[in-house]
Amino acid sequence: MTQRRIPYLILAPGLILLILFLVLPLISTIFPTFFNGGFTLSNYTSFFLDEYNFSIFWRTLKISLIATLICVVLGVPTAYYISQSPKKWRGLLMSITLFPLLTNSVVRSFAWITILGQDGILNNALMSMGVLSKPLTLLYTEFAIIIGSVYLFLPLMVITLVGILENIDAEIMEAAETLGANRLIAFVKVILPLSVPGIIVGSILVFTGSMTAYTTPQLLGGNRNIMLATFLYQSATALGNWQGASVIALIMIVATLIVMKLFNWVAGRMDKRGEINA
Amino acid sequence: MRKNISLKIFAGLVFAFLLVPLFIIIVTSFGTNSTIQFPIQGFTLDWYSKVFNNESFMDSFLLSLQVAFIATLLALVIGVPAAYSLARHKVFGRNWIKSFFLSPTIVPGLVVGYSMYQFIVIKFQFPIIQGLLLGHFLICLPYIIRVVGSTIEQLDFSIEEVSWTLGCTKLQTFIKVVLPNITSGIFASFMLAFINSFNNIPVSQFLSGPGVSMLPTSLMNYIEYNYDPSVSALSVILMLGTIVLMFVIEKTLGLASIS
Repeated sequence: MTQRRIPYLILAPGLILLILFLVLPLISTIFPTFFNGGFTLSNYTSFFLDEYNFSIFWRTLKISLIATLICVVLGVPTAYYISQSPKKWRGLLMSITLFPLLTNSVVRSFAWITILGQDGILNNALMSMGVLSKPLTLLYTEFAIIIGSVYLFLPLMVITLVGILENIDAEIMEAAETLGANRLIAFVKVILPLSVPGIIVGSILVFTGSMTAYTTPQLLGGNRNIMLATFLYQSATALGNWQGASVIALIMIVATLIVMKLFNWVAGRMDKRGEINA
Repeated sequence: MRKNISLKIFAGLVFAFLLVPLFIIIVTSFGTNSTIQFPIQGFTLDWYSKVFNNESFMDSFLLSLQVAFIATLLALVIGVPAAYSLARHKVFGRNWIKSFFLSPTIVPGLVVGYSMYQFIVIKFQFPIIQGLLLGHFLICLPYIIRVVGSTIEQLDFSIEEVSWTLGCTKLQTFIKVVLPNITSGIFASFMLAFINSFNNIPVSQFLSGPGVSMLPTSLMNYIEYNYDPSVSALSVILMLGTIVLMFVIEKTLGLASIS
């Protein structure tokens, strides 16, 4: 009898800490947003009916979606290249990919401040070449947040995809080419479908990551391009609107869960059609 | 020699995209000008000594190291036995418990920090530093559960049976047989959890106060008002740390284990 309880005793400390310091704080912050006298959803309906709030929500989704698409487009060929490289090169290429990922995100955003700024490297270079007469406004725009997010999350996409693509037999590609497909067609028709599971997992990571990231929109977006995370922080600190901040907190959690379910649902449907058996 | 040349160029450009911004930071950290310039004029190491003489950087650096270290240690003490139990024991709702242990990664970091600040700092009047430690414990735990868990699953179960047959108790077996066999996994997960805690911003963002500021938060605040190469210099120092860590992980479990 006691033997059977041991696993639960081992698991108990972790479970208790998680309940005390993750679940309870979340409940205690979010629960009150549903009550105003009696049960109400008004905090949430008024959030989405407010034009300014909705524009922030919409910007967050839009930027995350664009960043995810760019990561897929850049990530799949790169991951394929890594997976097909000779073993001795693969380690080096993986390190190059991992290095930015393990570097502090403030550092990574800062790099783009120096590149995109009004007096930044890109503007100076373009002006000294005579391409521009006055500097472009690149920093503190949605464009800057998108670049920053892609820079932040592309390594995650590549690494996820390499794990999947490594298992694809190189002979499949040869077979496709022998049967007359040129390389591009073979890539699109053979490699791309096989990498769908990796694309799905990678996209979940990139999308939810960009959607909830704080550092990048804070440093690269400026005050006019607020995203959900920066909005939460602003509401709580600058505006002292704790209730509003808690509403945003739940919206971020729910949006994350919906995105994950949605991508998994898409993956499940593709699986049933038998398109992917990797 | 089947490699497609356009694929090679494409991948080369992506690697350049990943590395060039960091390379620029390294170069700008040696510039003599008081704002960041590229290419630089002159060469100086002054910005590095500025970083080391900046009290708020040094204090927050020490705090970050301590918090990351203690949080990771706590996550190991709680996470390693839990990972073992989940891998080896018949536990009711095993998958559910496992996803619960991994759930801190699903909740956005800023929300974790925010609700923890609301709940334990404001409501229960805990000192901020304790909230910070617990928040970072939440960051670390999933890495321990995942990496150590998969190491244990790959470990041959029969060596534990042999140990039992030869008279060791389950606890003795865990300490004398299992632990020595999963040290590389423990070490790699320690490194991973440590660096993710050290680099984390969202969780710490709310959990800072007078004298309690983590290094990334200090750096971020500094950037909002300053644009000088000492930021580059500090960035380079942090990158060196990353390189050392990657080297250590590669030598223990291999970098492939991270993905």
